[in-house]
Amino acid sequence: MSITGTPAGVGAALTTRASCDEAAPSAPALRAARLTLARDLTLAFRKRGQLIQPLAFFALVTMLFPLAVSPELARLRAVAPGVLWVAALLASLLALEFLFRDDAYDGTLEQYALSGQSLTWLLFAKTVAHWLLTGLPLALMAPFAAMSLGVSAAAVPGIILVMIVGTIALSLIGAIGAALTLGMKRSGALLALLTLPISLPVLIYGARATELAIAGSSFIAPLELLAALAVLAVTLAPLAAAAAVRISLE
Amino acid sequence: MAAMRWTWFHRLASPPYLYALAARLTPWVAWPAALLIVGGLYAGLVLAPPDYQQGEGFRIIYVHVPSAWMSLMVYVTMGVAAAVGLIWRMKVAHAVAASCAPIGASFTVAALVTGSLWGKPMWGTWWEWDPRLTSELILLFLYLGFMGLRAGFDDTQRADRAGALLAVVGMVNVPIIHYSVIWWNSLHQAPSVMRFGKPTMPAAMLAPLLVLLLGFSLFFAAVLLVRVRAEILQRERAARWIGETLRA
Repeated sequence: MSITGTPAGVGAALTTRASCDEAAPSAPALRAARLTLARDLTLAFRKRGQLIQPLAFFALVTMLFPLAVSPELARLRAVAPGVLWVAALLASLLALEFLFRDDAYDGTLEQYALSGQSLTWLLFAKTVAHWLLTGLPLALMAPFAAMSLGVSAAAVPGIILVMIVGTIALSLIGAIGAALTLGMKRSGALLALLTLPISLPVLIYGARATELAIAGSSFIAPLELLAALAVLAVTLAPLAAAAAVRISLE
Repeated sequence: MAAMRWTWFHRLASPPYLYALAARLTPWVAWPAALLIVGGLYAGLVLAPPDYQQGEGFRIIYVHVPSAWMSLMVYVTMGVAAAVGLIWRMKVAHAVAASCAPIGASFTVAALVTGSLWGKPMWGTWWEWDPRLTSELILLFLYLGFMGLRAGFDDTQRADRAGALLAVVGMVNVPIIHYSVIWWNSLHQAPSVMRFGKPTMPAAMLAPLLVLLLGFSLFFAAVLLVRVRAEILQRERAARWIGETLRA
């Protein structure tokens, strides 16, 4: 694999591999996407410190509630679904900063746009990598946070499942906002203002499904609505993100 | 032939033409808007009978409902203008979208404030997490996001295109947000007893509302025409036709 850390190398690798590799001519876009995914994961594991940050942030936000509301588990259990989802929403918002920023600074995104490959697929791959590095760990950590709020262990599989589906939607929706604010110096507050309103349906269905999971009842209905949002985000968000990146690069 | 039918569309894309057209049209919408709003308010606030349940308090709907209606209408107008600007790369369409945002945000604020004023005597609180008020609040944040994103770019063209993309994304999301908020609310409380704008209203109450809806729409058109002219003046300030038009 010709994966290097340098942006020009990857851009060139993408074009050359896609053009001279005739093994899978029908799906060069998929191939480039797979390479991008592998490259992003490799780079992320070289900078492990960054991976911990959203998780630590998630744990911290969760910890604020017992301190601010009350340490009584009965009261905490009642607000646990809301706390988990607000914390997850904020943590994924924080993590969005890492999604395109480095690649925009060093010119990798421009190489992607010029590579002749479908920018939509490349950005989708980047977002999938981002989800694997932030969304999935958040979903796996959520049960611990939930149990610290007095939720019984029986709800754990439900919480993980709902969080996995919800964070997929959050990562993809967030990619649009991150791509739109690429060219700006201080974009933190604006990114929140752009991303949070369109993430609200995810919060609503996710919190409801989690609430039902914690109560031990069937959470299929809100989970299906959440999955519908995730499917919609998978199909449309990469297109919008690609258009936004092109605008930012103009 | 097909080209003939589209000439009006192409002419609209020309800033001098649109500037002149907006100037000519403004009085034709502004005066009817003023007459309809004054007449509708008189009919609604004075002539319409008081509600048997809500008394005189219901009269705030004559401002609240048209404002709430316009806040959505303006968003749709903005989204369509933004889409036209993105697809046909039409600069004046972006000017229209940019002009819509502050107007829409103002209507949204008006709807929120009147809703809250209505809530005090009816619900006993200034704010209730009612699905329509909540949706309206989210809409306000969508407008603020659009304006914030535009303000974040120094270059007008990039602000136009990024803002337009956001407006289109927002337009796809507005119905999703609206229905998820209704769904959310239906879980937590019974639907409120009093609903605005039901067709069960007697004609004497409904007629002023319809007059005001039309009046507010024309008012929006008038303000939009003025704002679009200002926007074009600012964008084309280096163009020669501006100097010629203003001296003439």
